Amino acid sequence: MYAVFRKELADHFNSKRFIILFALAFLAAMFAIYIATQSIRGEVTASTEFIFLKIFTLSGKTLPSFLFFMSLFIPIIGIALGFDSISSEYSSGNLSRLLSQPIYRDAVINGKFLSGLTVLAIIIVSVIAIVAGLGLRTIGVPPTSEEVLRLVVFALISIAYGAFWMALAVLFSILSRKASTSMLSSIGLWIFFFFFMSMIAGAIANAQVPLDSNSTIEMITHNAEISGTIGRFSPCTLYGEAVAALLVPELASLNPALMMISTVSAGRMLTPLPFSQSLLLVWPQLVSIVALAAICFAISYIRFMREEIRSI
Amino acid sequence: MGQVVVETTDLTKNYGGFTAVDKLNLRIEEGEIYGFLGPNGAGKTTTILMLLGLTEPSSGTVQVCGHIPTRDPIKVKRLVGYLPERVGFYEDLTAVQNLKYTAELNRLPRGEAEEKIAALLATVGLSQVADQQVNTFSRGMKQRLGIADILIKEPNLAFLDEPTVGIDPKGIDDILNIITNMARKGITIIFCSHQLPQVQKICTRVGIFAKGHLIVEGPVKLLEKQAPEEGQYRIEVQVAEPVPKLAELIKGIKGVTDISGPPELLLITCSADLRPQISRTVVDSGSSLIGMKIEEYSLEKIYKEYFHED
Repeated sequence: MYAVFRKELADHFNSKRFIILFALAFLAAMFAIYIATQSIRGEVTASTEFIFLKIFTLSGKTLPSFLFFMSLFIPIIGIALGFDSISSEYSSGNLSRLLSQPIYRDAVINGKFLSGLTVLAIIIVSVIAIVAGLGLRTIGVPPTSEEVLRLVVFALISIAYGAFWMALAVLFSILSRKASTSMLSSIGLWIFFFFFMSMIAGAIANAQVPLDSNSTIEMITHNAEISGTIGRFSPCTLYGEAVAALLVPELASLNPALMMISTVSAGRMLTPLPFSQSLLLVWPQLVSIVALAAICFAISYIRFMREEIRSI
Repeated sequence: MGQVVVETTDLTKNYGGFTAVDKLNLRIEEGEIYGFLGPNGAGKTTTILMLLGLTEPSSGTVQVCGHIPTRDPIKVKRLVGYLPERVGFYEDLTAVQNLKYTAELNRLPRGEAEEKIAALLATVGLSQVADQQVNTFSRGMKQRLGIADILIKEPNLAFLDEPTVGIDPKGIDDILNIITNMARKGITIIFCSHQLPQVQKICTRVGIFAKGHLIVEGPVKLLEKQAPEEGQYRIEVQVAEPVPKLAELIKGIKGVTDISGPPELLLITCSADLRPQISRTVVDSGSSLIGMKIEEYSLEKIYKEYFHED
């Protein structure tokens, strides 16, 4: 398996795709720094804790934050790394030759997946490091150890999230055999989760609990709970919630109803949660993302192992 | 008589309701160049995949080099090289890089691999383009690279699935030469093809496949011989107003082994071309000879008979 892993990794590094993805991620990092330096002065007061994390979460008036970029790019990077992993071997006529070598069949898919994961980790970690490094230079406030810890967990969740999209793309590349179909399917699913899921969740919630100007606070929270629950079927939402709780320590709950109330009572001074509590808060999201990635990979693995080689 | 390298008993493979290989009994000995001859879809590739352990047989047993492929796939794959039909390589890697990857998968030490790759590329005539990307290669060059690719692991047995498809005549000759040289080095070869002349040219033994069955099997020389010299001839004789004794008279000719059919259209089986004798006998008997047709039983005829069914 090590040989497959090494070869795939070398392929990734030599490919134009890697350069493009890295450039994209680098651009996002630069942008994030720019936005943060533009708006950080207005946000920070003497009592602000976790200034360093603000670099990652601040958004400009019209410009989105680094977090938004990440939630947008990570699926794209994951899909780009996985969508043709098996189908390209098939269409180039390599697969049967590869499988006739003295290796176990799962070495191929494991090696490919691990190399993709490595590339993913390298991109994500370096982007976070770039933002952190440049941020340190521009704002001159060093991160506290807790902030570093939060960033590490943030990186891990991001990698797991990317791994999920990659596993999904690998699965499609086994199922469809055509790189274009597999890419379109993965991207289609991503668009569905990213853009439509929240709309659908909102629509269902409104159908269940219609809101108008006379609605009570109970109805409003009930509505928010329903749409929140449905929204959590989307991995995009899970990731969004998880990183928000990690990088915005003031976020005391991920319960949509409570979050709503906390925004309503905006004047309230929010005390940041300690790291362990934040971690506890995102634990279900974290586990769900890892589980989703594992499930996708497991299905790919089984499909690939059972595939009749004749049809490969 | 060498050691038995491949042995199958009642090997069967079903895909859904379709039987790709039906009760195949095969026995191939060390040092042979065995030709799998048959039209596309006859079950040649499926058989090879089962021999390699890449496909599980529906029933029956397989032994390759003393191992059972589905139980010990790694051992079998270490001893067996497989050149798939229309072999592919990593297009943006060079010939050398592709071979290095194969060497690595076969756990060859790096230094040894490099020497071997250079030698093998020379063997298959690709030294000039060793550092070119494979996407610049012609079909024939890729096939030759494929042969180098299987030689890296120094196999005891090589499966070559249609290695000459889509290649110009000169390229075909090159590949056939390389294959004969491989056999000289002691590698047992199973050569799949639907082109009879190539099989006749290099194979020592041939099995003709059709619809999952092995129809005829035997040494190429013997199968070829059956035709012109001591082989079987079948002569069709069309006669008008046959005399009653005609069949018996013809049977009396030396060399006629069998006679059948109605008196007007006799089917005569004989060991030589007896048309002169038969025509004389017919005319002498007082019957009128209208026509005669000779059929030769040759490898080609057997082959064509099944080829045309598809």
